[in-house]
Amino acid sequence: MTGVATLIRQPWLWAWVGALVVWLATAVFTGGKGSGEVLSAAMTFGAFFVIVALGQMFVITLGPGNVDLSIPACMTLAGTVAMKSMDGASAMIPVGLLLALVIGAGVGTLNYSLIRLLRIPPIIATLSSSFIFQSAAIWWNRGLRVKPPEALADFTTAKIAGVPVIALFVVVLAILGHVLLTRTIYGRGVVAIGQNMRAAHLAGVKVERIRAATYIMCATLAGLCGYLLAAFSGGAALNMGEEYLLSSIAVVVIGGTSVAGGFANVPGLWGASLFLFLLVTMLNTFGAGAGVRLVLTGLIIIGVIVAASGGKART
Amino acid sequence: MSGRLSPRLLRSLLPPLSLAALLIAIFWLQPRTMSYFGLNLLLNLAIPIALATIAQMFILCVNELDLSIGGFVSLVACITATWLHDTPLLGIAALAGLIAAYAALGALIHLRNLPSIVVTLGMSFVWLGLAVLVLPTPGGNAPEYIRTLMTLKPAYIPFPIIASVVIALVVHVGLMRSAHGTVLRGAGGNPRSLECAGWSLLKIKMGMFALAGFFGVLSGMALVGLTTSADANIALRYTLLSIAGVILGGGEFVGGRVSPIGAVIGAITLALAGSFLSFLRLNPDWQIGAQGAILIIVLALRVLIGRAEARK
Repeated sequence: MTGVATLIRQPWLWAWVGALVVWLATAVFTGGKGSGEVLSAAMTFGAFFVIVALGQMFVITLGPGNVDLSIPACMTLAGTVAMKSMDGASAMIPVGLLLALVIGAGVGTLNYSLIRLLRIPPIIATLSSSFIFQSAAIWWNRGLRVKPPEALADFTTAKIAGVPVIALFVVVLAILGHVLLTRTIYGRGVVAIGQNMRAAHLAGVKVERIRAATYIMCATLAGLCGYLLAAFSGGAALNMGEEYLLSSIAVVVIGGTSVAGGFANVPGLWGASLFLFLLVTMLNTFGAGAGVRLVLTGLIIIGVIVAASGGKART
Repeated sequence: MSGRLSPRLLRSLLPPLSLAALLIAIFWLQPRTMSYFGLNLLLNLAIPIALATIAQMFILCVNELDLSIGGFVSLVACITATWLHDTPLLGIAALAGLIAAYAALGALIHLRNLPSIVVTLGMSFVWLGLAVLVLPTPGGNAPEYIRTLMTLKPAYIPFPIIASVVIALVVHVGLMRSAHGTVLRGAGGNPRSLECAGWSLLKIKMGMFALAGFFGVLSGMALVGLTTSADANIALRYTLLSIAGVILGGGEFVGGRVSPIGAVIGAITLALAGSFLSFLRLNPDWQIGAQGAILIIVLALRVLIGRAEARK
């Protein structure tokens, strides 16, 4: 009994329940036809959400005002530069990956320097830097769509027994993230800072070092996601990161991480990612147009937040 | 003598000085803009951005953040270009309904203690979706009177300048100089003491959100008056521009420290940044990047001034 009680109190549970309900609703509507394929697609697209959301989760957990708005620009920049330097050659795959990660790390370093040196709120720092990265991507790419190397494209679309390889890869990444959050000094430090920065500092947590690492990690993950997404969708597009700005925040919060910081969990990221994708699929299957789909997506996000908040008074 | 140039004064002078620097640079690069017609063209599109920035300022003033204002302005633009033009009564009712919806959002965020970032994030989907439903393909017509107003050619001073000054002054008097405005700002500074003094935080939040909705509506209408047609994505970038504009104008994220005049100046500065770059004949690819760079430079200057302030 205690097991059930603890399970119900888990903040990530609702995202998973939501994903399951939405998937079942779709399956009932189609009479079970294609439900497997839908799940497989959800795992692929969900995987991309999870990669960026993982970084965003650590950033948001740092406390109020901490949000990385440069994720889409970072993804686009890393994706375009990597695709262009690989130029479709399979031998260049590791070089492209390295480039994407280095660009991500560079973006993160710049973001953090702005936050630290200029003492700008992170929202504004990452917002203004994202303008520059976006411009850099436009300038570098010149509207060309360079095809990814075939081997890399195959990797992002490969499946083992119906399960996308990339989803397996991201599950491993998520597990690493979970260990990092719950079992390391760094992870506990992030949570401590989010709960009370001053107390964390007095308790000997290296606040600034941890904040720097968090922003760099977030941008590096965004770079990785841009690289994989560009490979998956047959080349980098300038607007490829667009939907990831809002989605990365939505996934983190629906997944049960506190938007005020200090409380985070990784399993919810997967649940929320699947939920968001399956939700759109469900509305598509029901024959809803683009407008209705957007309205319902928005209302359901708000509905989940209202339900999850429980209406606790501000203390 | 040194008292006259105190850091505090410098700080409040920073937004207008940045705007002046940018304007001088533009005039120097392209002297033809220094005319009635040139200024009109240069500043036209700054009006809707300034209005959206004022809307965002009301939200920031009560320590919240609105990530949906761009979608909201787009929706207003779509309604203005269709319903308000074809069936004015329906259009007016819809726009009034939208303002009421904003007030309701404020109430929801306050009563359930929700993070405004997430709620407005969700709302941005809702507004965009509604905009797509109202106007599935770009088009529509601007109502005649809005078109006439936005293309006014008053003597001597171009309309965008008059409009910006009027917007800034009206909001300044209302928010910074009136007793009610002080209470509203207090809700951002110290909500608890305000509540102890007997004010209803719920009403204040609803009022501020309604004001934001009202200025969002004005922004959308002004935009359609300039473009004469609308589409669902027309103003999505306003979300980020408006936040940046408030901060550029000297506003803070918390504590109710905002400045309406600064916000309008910040919005115009951002709007001009793009023109500046094209006059520089730099690569148009760097247009957006320039806005980011200007933002960073101004914020860096503010930090320098802040340090001087702390040393005193």
